[in-house]
Amino acid sequence: MIARRGLIAGAGALLGKPLVARAQAQARVVVIGGGFAGATAARFLQRANRQLDIVLVETNAGYLACPLSNEVIAGERAIAAQRFDYRAIAAAGVLVVQAEATAVDPVARKVALNTGGTLSYDRLILAPGIDIAWGALPGYDEAASDVLPHAWKAGAQTLLLRKQLESMEDGGVVVISAPANPYRCPPGPYERASLIAAWLAKHRPRSKLLLLDAKDAFSKQKLFEAAWARFYPGLLERVSLSDGGKVTSVNPASRTFTTDFDTHRADVGNVVPPQHAGRIAALAGVADRTGWCPVDPATFESKLQPGVHVIGDAAIAGAMPKSAFAANAQAKVCADAVATLLAGGTPVEPKLINVCYSRVAPNYGISVAGVYRPLNGQLTEIPGAGGPSPLDAPDAQRAQEAEYANVWFRTITGETFG
Amino acid sequence: MKVRAALAAAVLLGAAGPPPIGASSCSGCHGSASPLPALAGRNPSELVAILEGYRAGTRPSTVMGRIVRGFSQDETVAIATWLAAEQ
Repeated sequence: MIARRGLIAGAGALLGKPLVARAQAQARVVVIGGGFAGATAARFLQRANRQLDIVLVETNAGYLACPLSNEVIAGERAIAAQRFDYRAIAAAGVLVVQAEATAVDPVARKVALNTGGTLSYDRLILAPGIDIAWGALPGYDEAASDVLPHAWKAGAQTLLLRKQLESMEDGGVVVISAPANPYRCPPGPYERASLIAAWLAKHRPRSKLLLLDAKDAFSKQKLFEAAWARFYPGLLERVSLSDGGKVTSVNPASRTFTTDFDTHRADVGNVVPPQHAGRIAALAGVADRTGWCPVDPATFESKLQPGVHVIGDAAIAGAMPKSAFAANAQAKVCADAVATLLAGGTPVEPKLINVCYSRVAPNYGISVAGVYRPLNGQLTEIPGAGGPSPLDAPDAQRAQEAEYANVWFRTITGETFG
Repeated sequence: MKVRAALAAAVLLGAAGPPPIGASSCSGCHGSASPLPALAGRNPSELVAILEGYRAGTRPSTVMGRIVRGFSQDETVAIATWLAAEQ
């Protein structure tokens, strides 16, 4: 563990450096947010140009990863396996400051911290992830999440949902509500429903899982539906938007989910809530009226504030989903673009890959892939490439993709934090 | 011919330099922490042959066949030569 005092003292030393001398000597890039996007960006900037002065600002001492956290909810995995820290990033030469960024002045190019200091920057990379849009779903505020957990940021909420499932008696009803697009991890609600169903089938076999969906179509839909029909018939039921699945309000006191047609009482209720870019994005003036951040598809520079780049879940990345793989890929492209811009060059038009695995049953994994390039100001999927795993793949391939999901997690967390 | 010229150029340069288009995404699965076959330092001709096998469907894969079709052959050659020079 790096002592908090040491980090702040380090930041103070940086702040004390004369601005002019620093500008002549080396450019500074401040990265806000230490998730898959921000931590990767800090690391790869450092690698791209060792002369750069790179500061990573992160509120927490460590990071709890969301990918595979549905396995924690299903009792298959320990939360400790989701935990990472910033020691390797600091050892590589990035200054890691444990603080919350409370304001950004994009004209003066300064970031204010809750610890009282300010950091000046030549370029800023914002990677704040998501915040829950409390109140966007009537009845769902922060207090409601103590009863109806969202578990959409890994940590205490993940463990709360796990505990509620363990406490539920056989014959109970689990209700999950899935939001309209866009939101973090498009296939996440469906993977979660699958893995909870697998646990129910084994431990609470007379129970039911009801998935109320504000959408008609979703990621890897045919693959999920084929697996549900095979593994969880009569146990897992999804109600689509057209069939009245959109939840219009929730009531934590009665644990009820209300749609236009019905009210469903849950023994365990999980709300995957509406979301927007992490709070600092709006404070920095880089979020638009949707709550997300429009960016240049080649450099991830904000279309609203020059000198500020936005990557990961907070960005509007066209056809690219809000996934950890995409965040990591965007971070590497953005790091190269920022290093090139600071050196006075012109970044090339990139291509980016996304691969996303979902576990649906034991030894049964599915994937979707995409390759993206800028087209007409948006990241656009290249036709003829990507797509989901084949619908008719043999079980051996599903087992292989289940294993690849674990392989991918070890690799990407190693690259980002290790 | 293009492949051979690019490979020769990479050997002459002898350093990885900034990644060519698309190359930085590869380490999302094939990074140094990965149990998958390492890509850095591999023979570029061998890598190009593998990638073109995925594209043609003559080499089985779970996901690589879907990915390689997002790249031209010029791009896969540039990626393979860059990976070859990576440490």
